Amino acid sequence: MQTMTKERRRDHWAGALVALIGAAAAWIGHFYGVGSLTHMGSGFFPVALGLAMIGIGVLIAATGGDATPDPIHGPDRKPDPRGWLCIIAAVLLFLGLAQYAGLLPATFACVFTAAIGDRQARLLPSLALAVCISLFGALVFSTALQVPIPLLGPMP
Amino acid sequence: MSGTGLADLAHGFAVALEWHNILWCFVGVLIGNMVGVLPGMGVLSAISILLPLTFAMATVPAMLMLAGIYYGAQYGGAICSILLNLPCHPPHAVTCLDGYPLTRQGRGGMALGITMLAAMVGAAFGIVQMIFLAPFIARIAFQFGAPEICTLMLLGLLAGATLAKGSPVKGVAMTLLGLLLGIVGTDINTGIERFMFGQVELSDGIELVALSLGLFGIAEFLRSVNNTPPVNAAHAKLGMRDMWPKRAEIREAAFPILRGTLVGSLCSLIPGTGPTIASFVAYATEKKLSRTPERFGHGAIAGVAAPEASTHSAVQGDFIPTMSLGIPGDAVMALLLGALIIHGITPGPRLIVEHPDVFWGLIASFWIGNLMLVVLNVPLIGLWVRLLTVPYRFLYPSALFFICIGVFAARNQLFDVAMTLGLGQFGYLLVRLRFEPAPILLGFILGPRLEENFRRAVLISRGSLEIFVTRPISAVFLSLCVLLLLAQLYARVRRVSVVTAAG
Repeated sequence: MQTMTKERRRDHWAGALVALIGAAAAWIGHFYGVGSLTHMGSGFFPVALGLAMIGIGVLIAATGGDATPDPIHGPDRKPDPRGWLCIIAAVLLFLGLAQYAGLLPATFACVFTAAIGDRQARLLPSLALAVCISLFGALVFSTALQVPIPLLGPMP
Repeated sequence: MSGTGLADLAHGFAVALEWHNILWCFVGVLIGNMVGVLPGMGVLSAISILLPLTFAMATVPAMLMLAGIYYGAQYGGAICSILLNLPCHPPHAVTCLDGYPLTRQGRGGMALGITMLAAMVGAAFGIVQMIFLAPFIARIAFQFGAPEICTLMLLGLLAGATLAKGSPVKGVAMTLLGLLLGIVGTDINTGIERFMFGQVELSDGIELVALSLGLFGIAEFLRSVNNTPPVNAAHAKLGMRDMWPKRAEIREAAFPILRGTLVGSLCSLIPGTGPTIASFVAYATEKKLSRTPERFGHGAIAGVAAPEASTHSAVQGDFIPTMSLGIPGDAVMALLLGALIIHGITPGPRLIVEHPDVFWGLIASFWIGNLMLVVLNVPLIGLWVRLLTVPYRFLYPSALFFICIGVFAARNQLFDVAMTLGLGQFGYLLVRLRFEPAPILLGFILGPRLEENFRRAVLISRGSLEIFVTRPISAVFLSLCVLLLLAQLYARVRRVSVVTAAG
């Protein structure tokens, strides 16, 4: 028996994902009222799209397996757990601190956390970068553009 | 048309030459140029971050600036490819093949000089094409009713999904996903809340900036972090004097530039085949026509001149379907169309007549902007090269902050920032599964208009789908759709691919 290539397995997942989203859209959409062609309900378009996605998903799973590397980005690269965690944490910190502590701490935490996601990052340059961007951000977004996040303190 | 055309163009220059418009055009091309040079920063991210900041501006300067970022980036992207062999900017990926060998031979400056020349010719042709074609196309499109708009959008979406790079079937899947994302929010016809899952913040739909910065900003960082090759700028030292090509070199580049320009202008007229495809087609054509194809890949001047000319001509031509029909050809155009909508302008054939300031001002600003770019690039080349060596570990944390604050500024909702993070994870998953996320943006922008026109068309015909076949223009668009699908099927069976033929 022929063993499945990595690319074929990848496209099985890809097709399954598309079909799953389609199925969910069609299922949720039918509650909005499909109606008929003469009296189209809000659910008509979502259900039609969902059904089409199920079909396309099956097609992807059935025909995929293209192994040629991407001509622009080159072969697939392994995801990097450290960078991934730090980028997510950076945005979450920005969200939390912007809500409860102000723009300056939010920016500092966001930039610093993202910066230490890089394996070559060193402490002092990362801190310096975070300080610079925080000051720049405060100047541009708070002073000049008046984005409604206070520099320090919780959001109103 | 020439008489009124000239008067319109003169009006455009009057608009574009107002001092604040010139200023914003300059800001746009400067940022674009910088973004094009910086590895790992994309045009889409740059435009998305700046989009919320244009809400407070008038429409004309906002559009001039955002458009300037797009074509300005093309000038920067070539520097990256030729001097550093970094295909950080898709339309210029193919320029690496011959540009970098030239740099290693010490002729990188000359290659950049040729690139400037190609850019000027390509852009000039693209703009002239837009002056003549866009009003013409718009006049035809005046007669389109709901059924025609519907099938035309279908054609645009299908072309955008299947002709861009990557698997056509996956492209269609992404377009459908985009259409689905465009549905989220309150249905304007019935008031029913769709796919909101109880989140009030979504009642106006998903924020365009959040979607595009999730898919093209955060997803890109997740992919590039700790994965960027070290920048090798050893060969990248050059001065202004090195950039003048010799007469023999210009002669060698002349015909490739002209051919590349034509390829680019043709590609720009077909939705979905933007500058990236144009550059690959131009390279493949040159290699096929050349009497010395073995020189390609080892520093052939034609291998730099043709794709660069085609990119620039396609970039300008890209605006034609966007401005005359309201149908964007790629993700950048979808974003610019979104910017127009946010500024309260309904895109479509009426745009040229109803908003001549925007249309003709934009065209005039293309001339001014391209001129600025050529003037900027010659003396600033040293600065750009130094910028190239800024390590990625300083770039992406700063950019991440700009994404957070940019998304927030769009609607003053922290919810949208969280949404961007989620969409970023999802976008990364899609990229890992080898989907190209660009058609999502196309579907997202066109989705609401497609649904509205579909409903209207079927209402006119009292529930019969025949209306799409019996109206002649609509039937033509539908048969083009079928033709497109058949051609794709043929290409799949024969295993023809433009992109692989170039490499």
